[in-house]
Amino acid sequence: MTPAAQLLIGLVFVPLSTALVAVLLPPRRRRWAVVLGGLAWPCLLVPLSMAVAREQSVVMVFGGWAPPLGIGWRLDALGLVVLWVHALAGIAALPSAWRRFDPDLPESGPFWSLWMILATGVNLALLAADLFNLYVALELTTLAAVALIATDDGIAALAAAMRYLLLAVLGSLMYVLGVGLVYAQTGSLAMHQPGIEALNNVALVLMLTGLMVKAAIFPLHVWLPHAYSNAPGPVAAIMAAVVGKAALVAFWRIWFETAEAPPAQLADFLGLIGAAALVYGAIAAYLQPRLKMVIAYSSISHFGFLLLLLPLASQQAFQGAGFHLLAHGLAKAAMFLAAANIVVVLGSDSIRHLPGLDKRMPLEAFTLALAGVTLIGLPPSGGFTGKWMLLSAAWETGGWFWLVLIVLSGLMSAAYVFRILALTCFHPARRAVHHLHPRPPKITSLAALTLALLAVVIGLYPHPVLDLLGAGMPGMVR
Amino acid sequence: MTSAVFVLVAAAIFGLGVHGLLVSAHIMRKLLALNLMLSALFLLLIVVPATIDGRPDPVPQALVLTGIVIAVSTTAFALALMVRLFRKQGHASIHPDIDPRLLGRKAPSKANKTAQGDDR
Amino acid sequence: MISPWTTQILPPAVVLVSTLAAIVIFVAGEARQRLRIWVNLTAALLKLLLVVWIGLEVLAGTTFMFRFELLPGLELILHADALSILFASLSAVLWLVTTVYAIAYLEHSPNRARFFGFFSLCVSATMGIAMAGNLLTLFLFYELLTLTTWPLVVHNGTPEALAAGRSYLRYTLTGGVVLLTALVWLYGLAGNAVFTPGGFLAPLAAEHGGALTLIFVMLVAGFGVKAGLIPLHGWLPKAMVAPAPVSALLHAVAVVKAGAFGIIRTVEDVYGLELVAELGMRLPLITVASWTIVIGSLLALREHHLKRRLAYSTVSQVSYIVLGIAVGGLLATSGGMVHLVHQGLMKITLFFCAGIFGLLLGVKRIDQLDGLGRRMPWVSGAFTVAALGMIGLPPLVGFISKWYLASGALAAGMPLVLAVLITSALLNAAYFLPLVRRLWLNPPGTLVEAPIEIGRLPRLALMSSAVATAALVVVLGVLAAHPLSPLNWVVKIAQGYAP
Repeated sequence: MTPAAQLLIGLVFVPLSTALVAVLLPPRRRRWAVVLGGLAWPCLLVPLSMAVAREQSVVMVFGGWAPPLGIGWRLDALGLVVLWVHALAGIAALPSAWRRFDPDLPESGPFWSLWMILATGVNLALLAADLFNLYVALELTTLAAVALIATDDGIAALAAAMRYLLLAVLGSLMYVLGVGLVYAQTGSLAMHQPGIEALNNVALVLMLTGLMVKAAIFPLHVWLPHAYSNAPGPVAAIMAAVVGKAALVAFWRIWFETAEAPPAQLADFLGLIGAAALVYGAIAAYLQPRLKMVIAYSSISHFGFLLLLLPLASQQAFQGAGFHLLAHGLAKAAMFLAAANIVVVLGSDSIRHLPGLDKRMPLEAFTLALAGVTLIGLPPSGGFTGKWMLLSAAWETGGWFWLVLIVLSGLMSAAYVFRILALTCFHPARRAVHHLHPRPPKITSLAALTLALLAVVIGLYPHPVLDLLGAGMPGMVR
Repeated sequence: MTSAVFVLVAAAIFGLGVHGLLVSAHIMRKLLALNLMLSALFLLLIVVPATIDGRPDPVPQALVLTGIVIAVSTTAFALALMVRLFRKQGHASIHPDIDPRLLGRKAPSKANKTAQGDDR
Repeated sequence: MISPWTTQILPPAVVLVSTLAAIVIFVAGEARQRLRIWVNLTAALLKLLLVVWIGLEVLAGTTFMFRFELLPGLELILHADALSILFASLSAVLWLVTTVYAIAYLEHSPNRARFFGFFSLCVSATMGIAMAGNLLTLFLFYELLTLTTWPLVVHNGTPEALAAGRSYLRYTLTGGVVLLTALVWLYGLAGNAVFTPGGFLAPLAAEHGGALTLIFVMLVAGFGVKAGLIPLHGWLPKAMVAPAPVSALLHAVAVVKAGAFGIIRTVEDVYGLELVAELGMRLPLITVASWTIVIGSLLALREHHLKRRLAYSTVSQVSYIVLGIAVGGLLATSGGMVHLVHQGLMKITLFFCAGIFGLLLGVKRIDQLDGLGRRMPWVSGAFTVAALGMIGLPPLVGFISKWYLASGALAAGMPLVLAVLITSALLNAAYFLPLVRRLWLNPPGTLVEAPIEIGRLPRLALMSSAVATAALVVVLGVLAAHPLSPLNWVVKIAQGYAP
């Protein structure tokens, strides 16, 4: 095993062991476990990035037992990008989570355990090199996410968590059924199966539908708005940044890597579903009366946008979509963290109470504005880079419908972003809330702002990420 | 031939489970439906994959075992969540995902009081 | 001579001076008024100095080029050619004046930090547009301009301001979307190409004629939204609800001129007028410009609200620039380009005066202008000078531009264009002369509101801004033959495009 491969173990086992330790330790010692767990595994990403840049993927096989019987892990460029989003969003969400679930309190043990288990699950999902391992990882992630949403303890959060659990398990069931059918067809559970022409269509559809439920692609998205908007702020941030993305990455991998050639008509059909999600999410976001719901529906819109990679399948499109994953993940996490602070100070996130925000909470308002710029895809932000590459890819393949759709997506995002900006900064503050609760520590606002800034700045210096993603995925047109 | 029977039965049970999951309002019913679906799934997984040299293929059995473990823990967790929700709101129902009235059935008795996820 | 490093660093420095000022203003907060005034004025002066420095160097033949690779095959380029300096110097000078005006005008308004912060960011965006070296950079700063001007339009926070803002966004963001599509298409066909006098698309014309035509239409439409080409002008009159410094800014310098500038770059440096004619787009462009000129003037006649009348006048006058470019030839191109400067000066004077009338006397409508000549002689004088310039009275600057345009039209053998110009001049007189008459010849009417008292210094600042720009309207006209006048600068530019 190469040294880099050994580091892969750390990605999963550091958060896992911290989870165990966090619930066992007395409250005074717990904070060290949390800090360690939260900050240690991101450090592993630095050597791993260099390894991936050199070798394009880092592979590890457990116990020397080769697949299809053994379990293997693989870290490729796409997984690395999402791991970075996870790391950055996780670190930025730490202050906010710390404030709300202080590790020194006895009852916070479960929260931090769950937080670490979620991290374990997400990392595992990104590393999985076979289909069943992916199932286990996604289940772990789902359970942890559901429990984290439920830590809010309000009726709305509990109901949203319940619905998420039930629908997610439904998705998993369809996925596993698909996996079984794949095994029946090919005799192997590996994700990358050279030599297989095409997967059994039923199996493919089942797996993809299951993953669509988890990634909240319209019309299977119904659990997301209430789950994100009623979850505690830092939880919503992490979920928006990575949990949905992990399922989406799995979706892409199964589509492109499992068999030689994905079916073309299905690609167009899925592209249309993505388009529908894009439009539905944007319209719904414009109409919402609560800030967190606007951000949640915006996520639905952007997940649909990411589905457009399927009909456009080229290396350039892959780079664009991967970059968009990065920029959007950072921006969304920033928005949810800012929204969390707004809820704490104003007592609610109803948009009626937002006017005058630029005076009361200027950092949060600025964060929302910056993140909004990335979502709209205005140059020179990270959102623009992803959009431009997808547009070039669409132009090159002659996909005029997709080109126009992508261009219009910016307009649609602009509608709800500017609505929020107008409300927070320019509406008269007559009807705003008058009683303000004590402000959370400044570091929570600064963490959110840093994420938003990062989302914009990577647009100015996209080369490292683009080069990493340059290898494309197997099964793509160059 | 017998495997075809198993597959059909499993598919039927699965379908019943999906219907129950999406249309019921009471969480207990949803969980029961979910478990029905899980059983159907495990049945399908055992039956569908091929055998190796006439002997049962161990891989799907390993998959099913894992699946059972996950199913048990998920059900336990869901039950705990249900109890908590019951304690908070006085009943254990949530808005069904597909309104039963669309399918010509009665509206759930607690339809007006179920938690969709209210605005705070 | 200056070092190569300096030639690289100066263009972005010009853009970033006001960005830094904006950051300082935002962070300093609402209360630090003196700091804000100092930062504003220093930044404006510094920017002007930098532009003058670059201008002198460009005159001596130095090239300035700053390149930054944004994406593989996609570069951000800032350069300084003669046309850049023209627009940049106009912006820098008028910014300085408008800053003085705005500080005085907004003396008692809330939210000044926000206003001046975005004000400064607008300058940065405009400088970026002026110094853009390729279409991508132009587009980038063009979108940034939309972003930074919207907060100024909605500054007052009233329902009308917010509605105007929504309308503004609808128009400009849609225009941006059209531009982006055209850009992707063009970059797909031609790769990353820099602005080249005479255009760089001629080699592609044989194969991709249809595509190039469609792209041209999209580019002109996208830029035309901001430039106010009819029927894309709908946002302009509504945006008049913004405070007077904003209207002055939008109409004299930033937004409208940026649109016109984009069209100039497209026609001259991307396509080249020959290719435009070859694609059959020259005549349609002339037609669109012509009908905008005429219809704009007719719409101005119907307005009784002073700022809206001036807004429609802007719609009409900016198309002179497009007309000049489209007709082509040394004379017409010069006339069109120099009108960039001249119209800017005249319009800003008119808006300054309208703002002063509105602030101090509550005057919003035309019929309230009666007898103001007696009450505020200096301001009315400035207004008159600018109005006469718009009509085209020699030796004011307006006459210079129109003379060149008319001669150019004749030289190109387009008597109809000449007819359009004459009609427009007559219509200008029709909607400006009554205003002048009301100011001086009508007996004073009763005031709507009691005059507002402001301090002596702010009053002086307001009036001297208006008088200064009016003076420039006269001086630049009289001294048009001077080697350093805008006219001569423009003729040099035009010679580069239309030998």
